[in-house]
Amino acid sequence: MTKDDDLLVIEDLRVSFPGKGWRAAPNEVLKGVSLNVRRGETLGLVGGSGSGKTTIGRAVLGLVPVGSGGITFAGERIERATGRRRRLLSRDIQVVFQDPYTSLNPSLTIGDTLSEPLRAQGQGRAGARRRVGDLLERVGLPADAASRLPREFSGGQRQRVAIARALAIGPKLIVCDEPVSALDLTTRKTVLDLFLEIQERTGVSYLFVSHDLAVIRYISHRVAVIHHGEIVETGEAAEVTTRPRHPYTRNLLLSAPVADVAGQRARREAFERAYAGPNTSAER
Amino acid sequence: MSETPPPAAARRSGAARRVLRNPLGLGSALVLAVIVAAVLLAPVLSPQDPDLASLRDSFGGPGPGHPLGLDSAGRDIASRLLYGGRATLGGAVLAVLVALAAGVPAGLLAGYRGGRVDAAANWVVNLVMALPAMVVLLACRAILGPTVWVLMVVLGLLVAPAFFRLVRGIVAGVRNELYVDAARVSGLSGTRIVARHVLVVVRGPIIIQTALVAGIAIGLQAGLEFLGIGSGSAPTWGAMLNEAFKNIQRAPGMIVWPGLALGLTNASLVLLAAALRDALEDRGTPPARRRPRPPKAAPPPGGEPGRAGLLSVRGLTVAYALADGRSKQVVHGVDLDVRAGEIVGLVGESGSGKTQTAFSILGILPEGGHVGAGSVTVEGLEIVGLPERAHRALRGNAVAYIPQEPMSNLDPSFTVGAQLMEPMRHRLGISRAEARRRALDLLRMVEITEPERVFGSYPHEISGGMAQRVLIAGAMSCDPGLLIADEPTTALDVMVQAEVLGLLRRLQRERGLGVLLVTHDLGVVADVCDRVAVMHDGRIVETDTAEQVLSDPRDPYTRRLLGAVLDHAPARAPWQPAAEETV
Repeated sequence: MTKDDDLLVIEDLRVSFPGKGWRAAPNEVLKGVSLNVRRGETLGLVGGSGSGKTTIGRAVLGLVPVGSGGITFAGERIERATGRRRRLLSRDIQVVFQDPYTSLNPSLTIGDTLSEPLRAQGQGRAGARRRVGDLLERVGLPADAASRLPREFSGGQRQRVAIARALAIGPKLIVCDEPVSALDLTTRKTVLDLFLEIQERTGVSYLFVSHDLAVIRYISHRVAVIHHGEIVETGEAAEVTTRPRHPYTRNLLLSAPVADVAGQRARREAFERAYAGPNTSAER
Repeated sequence: MSETPPPAAARRSGAARRVLRNPLGLGSALVLAVIVAAVLLAPVLSPQDPDLASLRDSFGGPGPGHPLGLDSAGRDIASRLLYGGRATLGGAVLAVLVALAAGVPAGLLAGYRGGRVDAAANWVVNLVMALPAMVVLLACRAILGPTVWVLMVVLGLLVAPAFFRLVRGIVAGVRNELYVDAARVSGLSGTRIVARHVLVVVRGPIIIQTALVAGIAIGLQAGLEFLGIGSGSAPTWGAMLNEAFKNIQRAPGMIVWPGLALGLTNASLVLLAAALRDALEDRGTPPARRRPRPPKAAPPPGGEPGRAGLLSVRGLTVAYALADGRSKQVVHGVDLDVRAGEIVGLVGESGSGKTQTAFSILGILPEGGHVGAGSVTVEGLEIVGLPERAHRALRGNAVAYIPQEPMSNLDPSFTVGAQLMEPMRHRLGISRAEARRRALDLLRMVEITEPERVFGSYPHEISGGMAQRVLIAGAMSCDPGLLIADEPTTALDVMVQAEVLGLLRRLQRERGLGVLLVTHDLGVVADVCDRVAVMHDGRIVETDTAEQVLSDPRDPYTRRLLGAVLDHAPARAPWQPAAEETV
């Protein structure tokens, strides 16, 4: 791996949230996370709830303050970027959120939502309108969608709109925060295929956050497993999802049910052997 | 989904049309429009100069040229009423404008920024709210002199907190919406985000609040004038009231006209505000209260062949009443059986009607929903058309329910133990100590290792998986035969899911429990279900053993569903540097 290939490098990233209550100790969510995403690569970030996987994405986007450590994007330190610099970075770093219902403003038409980033980057009205047409076509939505409101669309269609918004200004990196978790099974696959196709066409990189190993395995070149704010394992997708080394990854894999009765029975038995006894899980 | 809502522009103008379609809104808007027009056209409409006095005619009754009569100084009441409205309404408009100008931007800033800005703004606002308005106005009048306009500016500042608090509250909520984050990531500046995303949300409530505050301002202004603290010489409705009140013995009728003007204006403002709220907040007329009669119960199912003893559903339809009086069917004739000691998966995607089916078995369909036809029997008892009280008893004893969101189904202000004991004491009539013993047993049964600690914990002190165990314990407390679980593990992490599913499996084996498991996850089906019913568009398209359905699906929809499962899709190949970059 050469340094030139790296688009995003995160080194020893620490993020804390203030504790609840007066003088409560701060709650450290990320305890020194290091990872890198190469140009045109998908890094899958998998972990349970409260593992800090979403916080990594939000730190890259500048939505949470970084405690210590570095975030380098295309050779530039961005962890302390604010205001004007951050707005310029939005040309290169975009996001698709989990919930397609709350990530679109319900009172703006799809066209307004999509032209917003274009106009913010100084594009003219006519140019923005043409580009919106292209974007809708690229994510497989009808052209007349631009004049309609989000509530007229299903979850999968809304997620396509969110993807189109992320693509609008041709970013180099898209942070995908559980983008298919709220979608139905059949929709999930088509949206994932859309992500793959866009990557092939544009060479964009994804930092793909999910709790679902099957999804991560399908979309990612490499996988990083995060547990309690620390990366416990990183490796090629096939490697991590078939021969996990860390016990946490192994448990994660064994506890995800497969849609096949015999296969699941074997997996369930292995899970119970590996993981015998009640209440030994992460929960306290 | 089937309807095609109008585009945005039509929707926006639709709000105005909705106000006018509401008789209350139309009436109050008309009254207000007439009053405002009359006041604006005062120079044209009034019979004479409002200050033209002719002492000879004082207290003269209505007559030609003086439709409402003359006051104590012989001035024409109609003219004074028309001109007086200018000062009264103009003053109110000024006060509202000042309040808007001071309250809305401050509220936007405090709500959007939060933190110190918010704290400082709140401090100032609380101080202003603590000031007694009348006293401040009196003091101002003493210092600044008797000009009604200055007093109205002060009044505007005093009522500005009403706007501040409203706007701040809404904005603080909107600030955390994902679409605001998305706008931030899109590179929009703070002001632009506020203008585009936040103002839209506060617009409606501000319009409503404006109507209410205008009413208050008119009232306060008239009050000041009535006390004689106004501008003195110029006619206003408040001053006219004052004068009429002084002479109430000689000419009791004089009080009617300014009183009527004030009352009508204020009443129409309040009613208009109510109509605006209904229109802007999309509270249309609720669907008809009257529920269609449930169909007569089918003949007793005992002798009917092929129906399961525990739960049997035949030809169930569920419909929802629409706003326009029609009803929309969402479940079209479902047949379903659950036998004792069997876990049946009800699988489908969102909108397939699986939850509606489960809810109608429990008798907890949301407002507007009702069972249209069909028969549902639980342990041989027909429950379609059962009165609510009997249904509740059934839910307590024969049928138990586990919801999707464990946390929102526990009351945050009571301990877990109290929430487990309360229904048992109520239903079984047992003592406190006995209930406590049973609750601890139940917690142990759902594999909680420290039952005492969990018993004394509040819901926020336990994890989601633990909360789901507690709810399962609660469901088991009445020893039901049938358990209906609606996506019981969807909100949980996979490892916790595996444990909770294992627990369900164990309970089913040990207690011979019948479980109807509503889920969208075919992995969960493979893990615990004996049989599966696949639902699509309100119909069951396939039902068989889990093994059969998952390995050899017959229905094209089931096949499509299984085709979307990623379990056996190959992992993505390792990353290769892009071709042009290696050159």
